[in-house]
Amino acid sequence: MSDTAIVASGSSPYESSSALVRAASAVKNRLVIIVPYLWLLVFFLVPFIIVFKISLSQSAISMPPYTPALDLSGGIGGFWTLIKQLSFDNYVWLTQDALYFNAYVSSLTIAAISTVLTLIVGYPIAYGMARAPATLRPTLLMLVILPFWTSFLIRVYAWIGILKPEGLLNQLLQGLGLINEPLIILNTHTAIFIGIVYSYLPFMILPLYSALEKMDYSLIEAAQDLGCRPIGAFWKVTFPLSIPGVVAGCLLVFIPVVGEFVIPDLLGGSQTLMIGRTLWNEFFNNRDWPVASAVAIILLMVLVVPIMFFQHVQARSQEQGR
Amino acid sequence: MKSLGSIRRSFTPWNDPAAKPYIAFENVTKRFGDFTAVNNLSLTVFEREFFALLGASGCGKSTLLRMLAGFDEPTAGRILLDGQDLRGIPPYRRPVNMMFQSYALFPHMTVEANIAFGLKQEGMPKAEIGTRVAEMLRLVKLEQFAKRKPHQLSGGQRQRVALARSVAKRPKVLLLDEPLGALDKKLREETQFELMDLQQSLGLTFIVVTHDQEEAMTMADRIAILDKGEVMQVATPAEVYEAPSSRFVAGFVGNVNMFEGTVASRDDSGARIASSNGLTIMTKNAGAASAGSPVVFAIRPEKIKVSSRKPANDDVNVAEGEIYDIAYLGDMTVYHVKLADGHVVKTSSLNASRISDDPLSWNDRAWISFSPDAGVVLAK
Repeated sequence: MSDTAIVASGSSPYESSSALVRAASAVKNRLVIIVPYLWLLVFFLVPFIIVFKISLSQSAISMPPYTPALDLSGGIGGFWTLIKQLSFDNYVWLTQDALYFNAYVSSLTIAAISTVLTLIVGYPIAYGMARAPATLRPTLLMLVILPFWTSFLIRVYAWIGILKPEGLLNQLLQGLGLINEPLIILNTHTAIFIGIVYSYLPFMILPLYSALEKMDYSLIEAAQDLGCRPIGAFWKVTFPLSIPGVVAGCLLVFIPVVGEFVIPDLLGGSQTLMIGRTLWNEFFNNRDWPVASAVAIILLMVLVVPIMFFQHVQARSQEQGR
Repeated sequence: MKSLGSIRRSFTPWNDPAAKPYIAFENVTKRFGDFTAVNNLSLTVFEREFFALLGASGCGKSTLLRMLAGFDEPTAGRILLDGQDLRGIPPYRRPVNMMFQSYALFPHMTVEANIAFGLKQEGMPKAEIGTRVAEMLRLVKLEQFAKRKPHQLSGGQRQRVALARSVAKRPKVLLLDEPLGALDKKLREETQFELMDLQQSLGLTFIVVTHDQEEAMTMADRIAILDKGEVMQVATPAEVYEAPSSRFVAGFVGNVNMFEGTVASRDDSGARIASSNGLTIMTKNAGAASAGSPVVFAIRPEKIKVSSRKPANDDVNVAEGEIYDIAYLGDMTVYHVKLADGHVVKTSSLNASRISDDPLSWNDRAWISFSPDAGVVLAK
């Protein structure tokens, strides 16, 4: 910690000041660490506590639309009365209406399927990029990031024009004579998967690319030299070594997709049940902030598990020195 | 010609016209774009030979190895292994294994799994794989490291795992790409002898690529010296050192002094050369040089004697100069002697006794001399 203090301690006149400098430097180092903690405290922990508190309150027709509200004028005593009024009723409610459970399960299923689809589409792209000539790679990387320069909403909206019954895709297929009746894609799960794979592909490709790009190609040659066909070499060497990238990419897609709202809303039609939509309905249609907060807290809990798993895998791969 | 230097073992199939080469490069050319890495090269290697490809980086030696392993195909010409043309045979079907310069150990597998990898591909029964892996681990003295991952090993241990993995399948030919390049000097010297022992005990054909001439000379039966994708000389270490075929080879392998000159007279016993800096050189090794032709006379530093007194014999193979530089290396001392015309001659003398009876110091007058058999005449 004190290695930034470089004042020589050998010469006596400076000794006392050297200790001071060292102490000051230690404080400075602490301050540097405090910044991210402070950031997390103000923008994550405090809002989380507020949301958690709301989830334990009761819905009310008032401003804010729940009770009890925190009243600082009551002092410590007022705070205790507030605590006593809180209850887990909303969480119990979530278990009583199958809607919420179904929404969670449906969200997780859609997220899982679309993560697998994104991996299947993204892996060959990342592999191709990593094996492309070094001079070409920055361009390819740029192309992957390029869609981010347009609004996410507009890009998803554009898919409506492509997928709708009289849209571009159906026109093309009918024009080619491949189909007679327009395909019904919009407002189905297929449309959601297309939208998710399209939107989240860069989040899958980038970690995969970075894992594949740093792999020593002589490992593949060594595998082939030892009698392994190219396909075998891929499954025995390339893929196992890219697993950290696979895990990172899958989590980067899976976690936000579980709570995704825009894509199911625009492409999935009204019958799609996803938790992001349920959350929206509770907040804005029912104006039931406490139940909505409870839904959000449970969602967070559901997602914390994969995040912790991710961190565990990362820590282990770092331990292995790779 | 008398035998040059000592021969490590009585193994000289290249002198036997009836011996069939095991590996043959026939007029092989390899181009990458407009860069010619290997240029119309022909070379033969015999079974059980320890063959070294020696050259500076970019001379095409690694390309030769990669073409033999199947990672690159020749642009023209063909490569034969035991009479079979290798063209079109993918690396995983060739009976050769390679030890990579980077070792290319699979980081996600244990030492054991790395060694077993090739055997598993072969479809060898499990029990047999176990025995073979144990045997390999014993061979490279890594028994207690079987369960370790490559990143938990030292550089020398990794090198031995790579070696064990590449010989585990008992390939017909083992290709070694700078096998000792990543080791420190001491370990490198030890490992050179281990490699030689291994090659002898397994009876395999080894082709090693190296830029280190000492390494090539220590280990190899024969050395091919390459430059710009062409073979300059293929010969035993002693021949390469004592009878280099060209100025390039003489300069590349070891230290050498070169004197330009013209042949003054020539007979069966040798030639008398008048060097451009005024020396009269008598040599028994004149090659095909005829009287009047311009030649280069090459002589190794250790074959030149330095003395503070003028040698008693006549003025042939003698020159006067001044000690210009001294490097004391312990086992020997290197003197740079500046002749009257400014030409600096490198000499080295073995420190056979602890105290020299003819101490020389900087700027001392000194005479260099050498015997008629000490140097060779090179074609210009």
